[in-house]
Amino acid sequence: MIRGFALLGRRAQDALARLGRLHLFLLALLPALPAGLLRPRLVVDQLFAIGVLSMQIILVSGLFVGLVLGLQGYNILTTFGSAESLGVVVALSLVRELGPVITALLFAGRAGSAITAEIGLMKSTEQLAGMEMMAVDPLKRVVAPRFLAGFLAMPLLAALFSAIGVLGGYFIGVGLLGVDAGAYWSQIESRVDFHEDIVNGVIKSLVFGIVAIWIAVFEGFDCVPTPDGVSRATTRTVVNTSLAVLGLDFIMTALMFNV
Amino acid sequence: MKYDTTMRDVWVGLFVALGLAALVMLALRVSNLASLSNDAGYRVVAQFDNIGGLKVRAPIKLAGVVVGRVESISIDPATFRAEVGLRIENRYGILPKDTSAAIYTSGLLGEQYIGLLPGAEEAVLKDGDRITITQSSIVLENLIGQFLYNKAAEGEKK
Repeated sequence: MIRGFALLGRRAQDALARLGRLHLFLLALLPALPAGLLRPRLVVDQLFAIGVLSMQIILVSGLFVGLVLGLQGYNILTTFGSAESLGVVVALSLVRELGPVITALLFAGRAGSAITAEIGLMKSTEQLAGMEMMAVDPLKRVVAPRFLAGFLAMPLLAALFSAIGVLGGYFIGVGLLGVDAGAYWSQIESRVDFHEDIVNGVIKSLVFGIVAIWIAVFEGFDCVPTPDGVSRATTRTVVNTSLAVLGLDFIMTALMFNV
Repeated sequence: MKYDTTMRDVWVGLFVALGLAALVMLALRVSNLASLSNDAGYRVVAQFDNIGGLKVRAPIKLAGVVVGRVESISIDPATFRAEVGLRIENRYGILPKDTSAAIYTSGLLGEQYIGLLPGAEEAVLKDGDRITITQSSIVLENLIGQFLYNKAAEGEKK
């Protein structure tokens, strides 16, 4: 009984300590970011690893999510006799919710886990310690370029996801199910607001990008430098990023689209 | 997979360009940014007894063509009527002074918009003018109430 409480207490303390380290890490990282900008070569390399190599999964998932939204939306909308609104359903759900959220989840799985494993492995093979020995700040040399690249890549990936999804809905709706092509686009144009929908979607993807890359670099930097520790850190990156993204999404939706 | 540095740069450039293109497409093709004309338009005011579910940014239509947007909705404290500010595009500065405004619903369950019906006068509406002839939105409950009242009155006569 007592032991159970002790375990619970230790877990809670661990979680709180990790949360504290997460924020202290961000505080230490922020002054190092300008240094990352001074080495654009490194940022571009990371942009390749994080952005370009994630494009495949983002484009394919975006297309299929759009296709499915087209099919499902059409089935429901025809019962109300308003299949022309299919474009609005597809575009709004993608731009407001699915684009930023699914991109962030895929981003955590595809890029976040890789970054955590990479930095974790650097730590366990004492490359980070070696850098410090040579008076190279690993925050500036290793973490800052990755953080900047993730911050830049995420909104672009989310935009690609939404755009290809709208096209996917168009292929299904107009190409297969016979929705009028003009109605599809004109309904989208008249009902999707630039400030309310597009800008808020981009803000969401920016926030998710910061959270995802922040957690990924932190977990890598903070991991126990053993094979087991690196694998745990990688798992934690994916799980914590997903939870944080979904929770933040709810809060931001409540703030942005308050009815 | 092995990429040399130039190929990598090309790919990153392609990625950024594609991402920006997607953003631009979302902004122009998917949202109403393109149709939001920079045309400031002129503002006229109309008072209604009841605006129903009219909202700010609802379209203003003339013969079914969108000529402007609802800019503001407030209550006139003197008359307790709803005061609606209409922003009409400058190129439609041809509306006669005795134009009337009515609140309609698009479709059975659609959103509400303001329909304009041009009058016959020579003088045209200008910035700050007031549309005097208005027709409120039809509230279904009132309609049903009136119908029942008439039915009851008919029954008493017999």
